[in-house]
Amino acid sequence: MEAEKVIQTVDLSKHFGDFIACNAISFEVFKGEIFGFLGANGAGKTTAMKMLCGLSAPSSGKATIAGFDIYKQTEAIKKRIGYMSQKFSLYEDLSVLENIEFFGGIYGLSQQEIKQRGQQLIDQLGLADVAKNMVGSLPLGWKQKLAFSVASLHDPEIIFLDEPTGGVDPVTRRQFWDLIYAASVRGITVFVTTHYMDEAEYCHRVSIMVDGEIKALDTPENLKKQFQVDSMEDVFFELARGAQRLGD
Amino acid sequence: MNQFITFIKKEFYHVFRDGKTLLMLFGLPIVQIVLFGFALSNEIKNAKMMILDQAKDASSQQIIERFAASPYFQIEKTINHEAAIEPSFLKGNIKMALILPANLDQDLNHTGTAAVQLLLDASDPNAANTLNGYASSILNSFQQERMLNSKLPLQLTPQIRMLYNPELKGAPTFVPGVMALVLMLVCVLMTSISIVKEKELGTMEILLVSPVNPFLLIIAKAVPYLGLSLINLAIILTLSVTLLDMPIHGSLLLLIAESTLLIITALSLGLLISNVTNSQQAAMLIAILAMMIPTLLFTGFMFPIENMPLPLQWISNLIPAKWYYIIAKSIMIKGLGFAAIWKETLILLGMTVFLLFLSFKKFKTRLE
Repeated sequence: MEAEKVIQTVDLSKHFGDFIACNAISFEVFKGEIFGFLGANGAGKTTAMKMLCGLSAPSSGKATIAGFDIYKQTEAIKKRIGYMSQKFSLYEDLSVLENIEFFGGIYGLSQQEIKQRGQQLIDQLGLADVAKNMVGSLPLGWKQKLAFSVASLHDPEIIFLDEPTGGVDPVTRRQFWDLIYAASVRGITVFVTTHYMDEAEYCHRVSIMVDGEIKALDTPENLKKQFQVDSMEDVFFELARGAQRLGD
Repeated sequence: MNQFITFIKKEFYHVFRDGKTLLMLFGLPIVQIVLFGFALSNEIKNAKMMILDQAKDASSQQIIERFAASPYFQIEKTINHEAAIEPSFLKGNIKMALILPANLDQDLNHTGTAAVQLLLDASDPNAANTLNGYASSILNSFQQERMLNSKLPLQLTPQIRMLYNPELKGAPTFVPGVMALVLMLVCVLMTSISIVKEKELGTMEILLVSPVNPFLLIIAKAVPYLGLSLINLAIILTLSVTLLDMPIHGSLLLLIAESTLLIITALSLGLLISNVTNSQQAAMLIAILAMMIPTLLFTGFMFPIENMPLPLQWISNLIPAKWYYIIAKSIMIKGLGFAAIWKETLILLGMTVFLLFLSFKKFKTRLE
């Protein structure tokens, strides 16, 4: 049985004038997979991810998300994806519950669904005591976990996470990855960019971008074998060393 | 629809939890209407004056009493020598001096004419003009009364009637202008910040990835401010009527409807600014530079548009507040109905539609 392809790109490119941020990238991501999207700063990860989420129009190439075309069927795609950006992006002046209500509401969940899933989410994250507190008053690690849960509130097929664990302590990062695994088990595909190489090890498959191109794509095991090194960190160094672009 | 309500609810949370915004929203109009209303008046009260009474008879006494009773003048001193006048002008102690000739009573009774001298400090020409007007009208009324009692042939004197604002009160002309300014300022400023704030915080990205209709997003941003601005309007109107003695001769309902139109125009302009800028500072700067200053200059309540060079007069036509000022004046002071202001209303409506269309057009559904 062949796994269902939820993301498929063919020669997807993005130019900003003469600058090629993303140069003909092609890859596939399967249902329920945790796909690590690695690369140094300025390698083009965020640009690629924004194209896939519909935040940025591709210059050329093809891509489908959950079977829908990213040029023509953006509305259908938007309903089926969740997105968590690099910046913390819940409303800090709204309480935990109000944020849940708002994001549930804009994804068209019914009052009942919002109540039920919101309660479940709060119990799961152990936020019952602070549910009525403003999000701005929570510690960063809690906020990030909450942001992830809110992004998956509407049961998307794919969640895009753009460096979700930046600035978060190791324990919370571990908890965050537990959430990602739980989502993956439920059949949600997780597309994640990260700078932490230990996190790369947690992914089912990883791709490594250098200078706007995908230079390697395989399971962490296979990549380590291919480059004859012991860790993903060394794989990354091997590839990134040849980068022409300086990090930003 | 549910999406829409969810959105509006969220916008209200934002507004009510931000003390600074609330203070700006309600404090600013109150401060401005009071400040502008009182400071921008060209009315002069209690101007200090001197009277040189060379007659010391019944007539001169009557004239002096009239000046003493006028709220516009305060008699600093009644003097006997002309020499005392100039030093007082030079020191700035007085703004006007009245010289009543000797034999005033006799002259008036026998010849029917007498020359009275008014000296005015014209280093401030506007004030001098105004005071001249006040003093002349006092003298005129004295003359008229005398004529009624005399047997001499009636002498015609020109009568000036100040239409709509007979007492030349400051408030009636300024209040509609200040209302326009305050509504524009608050609405444009508030909305221009609201969308750009989400861009800065990064929440805009999340909204753009979600299936929210951009049209809905923009409207939902404007709705809470429309509601709050209507409350503001009520405050401004109440203050104008109670504190500044501003009359509302026409239909209050019509005035509210026209004000609502201006509010919507301002909100549309605010949304447009918000959509084309990327930071709150930039949005605020544009709102103040591109909106507040032209509104002050070109609405017509501070500087008469008729006196401006032609190109500036053309520019003034682009300022929404100018049209509202005409509308509000017509309703409040002249008591006119819709038939008199439909053209101005249509222009405002046209501007609103154009601005809204442009903001939707400029709203980027994709972040580049």
